[in-house]
Amino acid sequence: MTAAIELVDLRKRFGATEVIRGVSLQFSQGERHAVIGPNGAGKSTLYNLITAKYRPSAGSIRLRGRDITGRKPYEINRMGLARSFQMTNIFPRLSAFENVRCGALWAMNYRYSFWRDVDKLDDVNERSLRILGDIGLLSRSEVPAGVLSYAEQRALEIGITIAGGADVVLLDEPTAGMNRSETEQTVELVRRMTQGRTLIMVEHDMSVVFGLADRISVLVYGEIIASGPPDAIRGNAAVREAYLGEEVD
Amino acid sequence: MSALAPASARTRTTFVRRNAIWWLALLIVLLLPQLARSGTSIAVLNQMCIMVIFSLSYNMLLGQGGMLSFGHAVYFGLGGYFTIHLMKMASGGGFFMPLPLVPLAGGVAGLLFGLLFGSFSTNRAGTVFAMISLGIGELIAASSLIFVKFSGGEEGITADRTNLTAFFGATFRHELQVYYLIAGWMMLCAWLMYRFSRTPVGRMANAVRDNAERAEFVGYSQKHVRLLSFMGAGFFAGIAGGLFAVNYEIVTEETVNLVSSGVVLLQAYIGGVGFFAGPIVGAVVYTLLQTLLSNYTEIWAFYVGLIFVATVMYAPAGLTGIIMMHLPIYRAGKLRSLALPYLRVGLPALCCAIGVIGLLELLHFLSVRAVGQSIKRLFWVRLDVDQPLAWLVFAALALGGFVAARRMAPQLVSAWDAASRHAFAGRER
Repeated sequence: MTAAIELVDLRKRFGATEVIRGVSLQFSQGERHAVIGPNGAGKSTLYNLITAKYRPSAGSIRLRGRDITGRKPYEINRMGLARSFQMTNIFPRLSAFENVRCGALWAMNYRYSFWRDVDKLDDVNERSLRILGDIGLLSRSEVPAGVLSYAEQRALEIGITIAGGADVVLLDEPTAGMNRSETEQTVELVRRMTQGRTLIMVEHDMSVVFGLADRISVLVYGEIIASGPPDAIRGNAAVREAYLGEEVD
Repeated sequence: MSALAPASARTRTTFVRRNAIWWLALLIVLLLPQLARSGTSIAVLNQMCIMVIFSLSYNMLLGQGGMLSFGHAVYFGLGGYFTIHLMKMASGGGFFMPLPLVPLAGGVAGLLFGLLFGSFSTNRAGTVFAMISLGIGELIAASSLIFVKFSGGEEGITADRTNLTAFFGATFRHELQVYYLIAGWMMLCAWLMYRFSRTPVGRMANAVRDNAERAEFVGYSQKHVRLLSFMGAGFFAGIAGGLFAVNYEIVTEETVNLVSSGVVLLQAYIGGVGFFAGPIVGAVVYTLLQTLLSNYTEIWAFYVGLIFVATVMYAPAGLTGIIMMHLPIYRAGKLRSLALPYLRVGLPALCCAIGVIGLLELLHFLSVRAVGQSIKRLFWVRLDVDQPLAWLVFAALALGGFVAARRMAPQLVSAWDAASRHAFAGRER
C-alpha cells in the first residue's frame, strides 16, 4: 500500500543555514502521526514544506505516490490535502458559516461557478452546518469570524480545514495558546474529525501528542532522530535526552 | 437534522425580503420620470443610471474583491467606443441592430479587455495591482489621443442613435424611450451583479479579499478568482460605457481618462464599498451634487473633494454605512435618544460648514471677478469682498463652529454608545 505522504530526503535552506537536513519519512494511510521536537527544530518549516507554502531546496514529496514537489497550494488542496495554520488564518469579514462553506465549495465541485446561487447549494450548506455543529459554533454561525473568541477561531480554523473532506489533514499546533480544558476539547474534536483520515500534526504539547497519535516522529535540528509508537518514543533514550529530558526537569 | 432548521428559515425570510427590495426598486425606476417631467431632469436620471452601473461594476473590484483600481474607466471608455462604432456602422439600416442591443458590444469589449489586462495584473492585490491599473489607465488614455482613427481624438466619435433598426416601433427620438432603455439595462445589470456576488466565485472573491493565502489552501487560485471578478467588472463597466454612447451619441477621450477612473472610485467610496447598495447611493448622490450643485457654484468639484476626504476620515463605511449603523438603534426604538446630541453637534457643524463655504466662495470670487467688481451675492446676501466684515464673520463661523462641534462630540459619542449597547442587548435577548 502506498503511503499517504512520503518525504524523500527533504531539505530546506534559508540563506546559509539548512533548517531541514534530509528528512525521509512515511505517513501511512489512516494513521494519526505527530511530529514533535524542541523549539527551533524546524517543525513549522517541515510543515510548510509538506503543504507547499515553501519550496524544498532538495528532495521530494509524494502524495499517494504522486510527486507534488513544487505544486501550488491550491493544486495540492484539490488533490485531497488540507492544512490548518498555527496563527489563526480565517476570513475575518465573513461569517463563521461562510468560512466553513468556503472550505467546502471547491471540494464539492462548485469550483469557479458564477451562475449558481450559493444559498441554493443544499449539499454544501448542509455540510457546512453539520461541521459548524461539530466544532460547536452553530449558535455563532452568523457572527463575523473576526470577532469570535480565540478558542472559537481555532475551532473554526479546524472546521475550514476539514470542510472539504480531504483525506489527508495537516494541523499545525491546533492547541497553541489554549488552557487545559480548551486543549482537551480540541483534542477530542480533532480525534472525532479525523476519524478514518490521515492526520499529520505538528505539536509542542506532550499531553496532546501522547493522547492522540498512533505514531510519533521526533525532529531535532532538522533531522528525524526517532519514529515509532508513543510508548517506544517515550522509552527512547536519545529522545529523552534531546527533548523530553528538558521538559521533564 | 434539527440543526438545519435555522438556516432554511433564514434563507426563506431573506429570499422574500430581497425580492421585495428589487420590486420596489423597479417600481421607483418606472415611476421616477413621471415625477420629474422636464427634459433636464430626465437627462440627470439617465446620467445617474449609467453611473450606478459603472460604480457597481467598480465595487466588484474594490468592495468585493479587495482590488483598488485607478483605471476602471478604461473598460467604461472602450465599451463606449466600441458601442459608438457599432452604432455608426448600423446607422441607416445597414444591418439588423436595434439600439437596445448595442450596449452589449461595449460589454463584450469590456470583458475581453478585462481578460487581456487582468491576465497580468491580478496575480496580487494591493499596491502592485493599484500601480498596474494606473499604468494601464494612463496608457489607454494616451492611446485614445494617438490612435485618432479609432477614438476621434479630442472631438471624439459621434453617431446618431435614431437611425438604427426600430425596436418594436421605438426609434429613440423621445427622451423617455432612452430613459427606459438605460433604466432597463441598469436594473438588469444591478440584479446580475448582485446574483454574481451570491455565487461560489462571488463568495470566494470575498474570501480572497479577506485572506488570499487561506483561499489557496481551500482549493482556489487567488489569481483566477480575481481575474473572474475583474472580467465581470470589465463587462458591466463596458455596458455602462455603451449606454453612455447611446445617451450622449458621442464618446470622447474624457470617458477613458484617469479623471473618470477617479470619479468612479469617489462615487463608490462615498456611497460605501462595504455594501452592495453603497455604490448605488454614491452614484446617485454624486450625480445630484454634480448637476444641482453646479447650478449654484463653480467650485462644486472642490466640495465633492471635501466630502470625499471627510468620508475617508470620519465615515470610512460611507453613506450606506452611516445608515446601516443606525438601523439596529432604530429597531430598538432608541433613535430619539440621539436626536438632541446630534443637534448639539450638528448646529455648530453647520455653522462651520457655512463659514468654510463662505470663505471658499469669497476666495474664488477674488480670483475670477472683473476689475472693479467687489459685490458677491452669497446665501441671499450681498457681500463686499473688499471690506473685512464678511471675511471676519465667515472665519468666526468656521472656527467657532469647529471648536464647538469638537466640544460637543464626546457627548454624542457617549449617547451613541449607550444607544447601541441598548440595541445590542435587546438583540441578544
